[in-house]
Amino acid sequence: MAKTILKGNEAVIHGAILAGCRAYFGYPITPASEIAETAARYMPRVGGTFLQAESEVAAVNMVYGAAGAGARAMTASSGPGISLKMEGISYMAGAELPCVVVSIARGGPGLGNIAPEQGDYHQVVWCGGHGNYHNIVLAPNSVQEMSDHAMLAFDLADRYRNPVFILTDGAIGQMMEPVEFPAEVHAPPAKEWAIGVGERARRNVVSSINLDPDELEQQNLKLAEKYARITEAEVRFEEYRLDDAEVVLVAYGIVSRVARTAIEALRREGLRVGMLRPITLWPFPAARLRELAERPAVRELLCVEMSTGQMVRDVELAVLGRKPVSFFGRCGGNIPSDVEIAEQVRRRTARQGGGR
Amino acid sequence: MKVKLEKSKAFYDVYERKPTGDKTVVHYCPGCGHGNIHKMITEAIVDLGVQDRTIFVSPVGCSVFAYYYFDLGNIQAAHGRAPAVGTGVKRVHPDSIVISYQGDGDLAAIGTAEIVHAANRGEKMTVIFVNNAIYGMTGGQMAPTTLEGQRTTTSPYGRSPANEGYPVRVAELINALQAPVYIERTALTDAKSINKTRQAIRKALQYQVENKGFSLVEVLSACPTGWGIHPVQARQWIKENMEPVFPLGCLRDRGAEIPASPLEPRPFVAEGLHELLDHPAPGAEEERAAGAPRPADPFLGSPRVKVAGFGGQGVLLLGLGLASVGMKLGRHVSWLPSYGPEMRGGTANCSVRISDEFIGAPIVNQSDILVAFNRPSLEKFEPDLRPGGMLFYDSSLIDVSPQRSDIVTVAVPATKLADELGNTKAANMVMFGAIVERTGLFAVADVVRNLGSFIKLKKLIPLNEQAVERGGAYIRSLA
Repeated sequence: MAKTILKGNEAVIHGAILAGCRAYFGYPITPASEIAETAARYMPRVGGTFLQAESEVAAVNMVYGAAGAGARAMTASSGPGISLKMEGISYMAGAELPCVVVSIARGGPGLGNIAPEQGDYHQVVWCGGHGNYHNIVLAPNSVQEMSDHAMLAFDLADRYRNPVFILTDGAIGQMMEPVEFPAEVHAPPAKEWAIGVGERARRNVVSSINLDPDELEQQNLKLAEKYARITEAEVRFEEYRLDDAEVVLVAYGIVSRVARTAIEALRREGLRVGMLRPITLWPFPAARLRELAERPAVRELLCVEMSTGQMVRDVELAVLGRKPVSFFGRCGGNIPSDVEIAEQVRRRTARQGGGR
Repeated sequence: MKVKLEKSKAFYDVYERKPTGDKTVVHYCPGCGHGNIHKMITEAIVDLGVQDRTIFVSPVGCSVFAYYYFDLGNIQAAHGRAPAVGTGVKRVHPDSIVISYQGDGDLAAIGTAEIVHAANRGEKMTVIFVNNAIYGMTGGQMAPTTLEGQRTTTSPYGRSPANEGYPVRVAELINALQAPVYIERTALTDAKSINKTRQAIRKALQYQVENKGFSLVEVLSACPTGWGIHPVQARQWIKENMEPVFPLGCLRDRGAEIPASPLEPRPFVAEGLHELLDHPAPGAEEERAAGAPRPADPFLGSPRVKVAGFGGQGVLLLGLGLASVGMKLGRHVSWLPSYGPEMRGGTANCSVRISDEFIGAPIVNQSDILVAFNRPSLEKFEPDLRPGGMLFYDSSLIDVSPQRSDIVTVAVPATKLADELGNTKAANMVMFGAIVERTGLFAVADVVRNLGSFIKLKKLIPLNEQAVERGGAYIRSLA
């Protein structure tokens, strides 16, 4: 396919439709509205459903209904809207319904602002809804990945019957880059467990209720076993110039792009610095970070986020004190610049007696 | 004559899904109305021949366990969300029969938005609203339909309109909307009213089978346990206390006005998907000008560009044009706008990067090229130009001179030149022509050839073509 230039918020719908999604339920919110607008444009053309719901709560419950009925269904929003969707996400985790939720994070808490932030990491990765559950969380850092991850998200959601989040920030949602779509087109898999039309579907129940403590305990343990399998099989990350790195940057989303530019500049100065970019925020690439921390050459891990420090806790948990973990963050809608990140690294290498 | 009494085929014979207790009886209390209503639903479904396509949405409330009993597809909804869940089901299976079964707390309190909007959209579903004026499952708390003065565990002194407002009349509320096809309120008090309820439920389902639209049947139903009275007295209590507040009768029946149509499944479209999604045909790009001449200055060959001005001056489109033409010529590109309120009347700016390598940061903090369309933008971004960078500004709109002497300044009367072409709005494309001519980033011909890649309205292309060429000619005229 030839390349076309799109916003991240547009590309994610193109990827979803190519993945066989034909049902979008949403509510407008900056900086995610182009996702709904793109779905509104294309879903009717491809025989699908676009519905602007009366609320984020209704939208996510429509996804619950459509997913329960066997469709590949999705919704998208930003911070305040994602908070409202937590109800439905917990129900979908409980009922083991596959679905895709896109979160284009903005400045918070409360109404905050509409500029990009990463302050919703805890909400999405550590799950703001009630109960023992996990979301699978993908963290695209380019428009191409917004499309690719939409396709991956639906596959993972169906493979594990679990909600999958695409968590990124306003910058990745709003920016335009060339994107190339795969030629092949997916059809959603048949789902034996779904409700629908027909004698077999009639036997099915989609529910998360279980009054018996022993049975609900078993259900929770079954979910925990599933999450263990996901952790085993689905960790994804990207490494950049880590071979001889003394300082390991850890960053995702737009920050990983800026960090890459900072690393290029630092490498020209002869500083040995590289980056691990988690592509899945859950499951988190903890084992790989631990391996890196055990390398004699590695002196320090520096987590850079657009928050006051959220992912850094996962990095600390991964490294478990093997090497110092430090943090640099901007928030409120400010994106750290490559110059700022480079300066943070220089300070650390100077403190440690040079980077050569 | 031998009469054989048997359960409807839409009930399970034995309630295997019920975890405890006698699996041949329901969990409802003696005198509760749910049993009657369940029976009416199953009988209608069997008679209509739609058991294999009916999906029952269970609410939160006493009927949360409806899936123990109904031999139907079952989906259990969060509190109040049954109409939204039903919407999701019905939209992906328009050939299904969806029943949203809800109590008064579920539908008229926490789910008010969902029911009003499902009704307003005319979702082709059947809503059975069981109004017993109390929260049964949680143990007798006040409902939105609790009567004035009625004592509950959360209105122990009696419901006071001054504190809790008045009972919500759901059927009347829904009747204020245009889309619903059928709305009726019935009661379960005596043989006659039970028969009326049976007919209403049957009609509501019949209309869905005929694909006519949204129906709601509100049933006044007893909760002897919640009310703390004997089941026989409870039925009398409905008559004496509820019916005066919630008058019985059909509020709307437009079934005869709407022709029946078949229930048809939604086909899955997979053919021609790329075309439907406006994806470019393979090979439409691929004019990679790898060997094309580049500016001698490497920064100008792979520039970090900032474009800024008032919203409406085409600032974002010029940036998009730079990125689009770059992409067409096989370069790595990125375009990042300032978004949000700025798009609505204030200032707008965007960052553009064009490179031969993967682009890290798409944000331009320090720029190699600054394009300013108004004075605030010039003043704001001029300090961020790198020494030796190039400043393009619209000299027909900006009446001050740039401050710095360590940059290359190019004054382009873009608005004036666009006016001469007959359209002020083409100033951005005049500037585009000037930028590429002066920097050598692309050839003017590259831009003209690729205008269609970022200008969607084809009729605007000739004007924009003139504008780009005019900008290029202006730069040549300076030489």
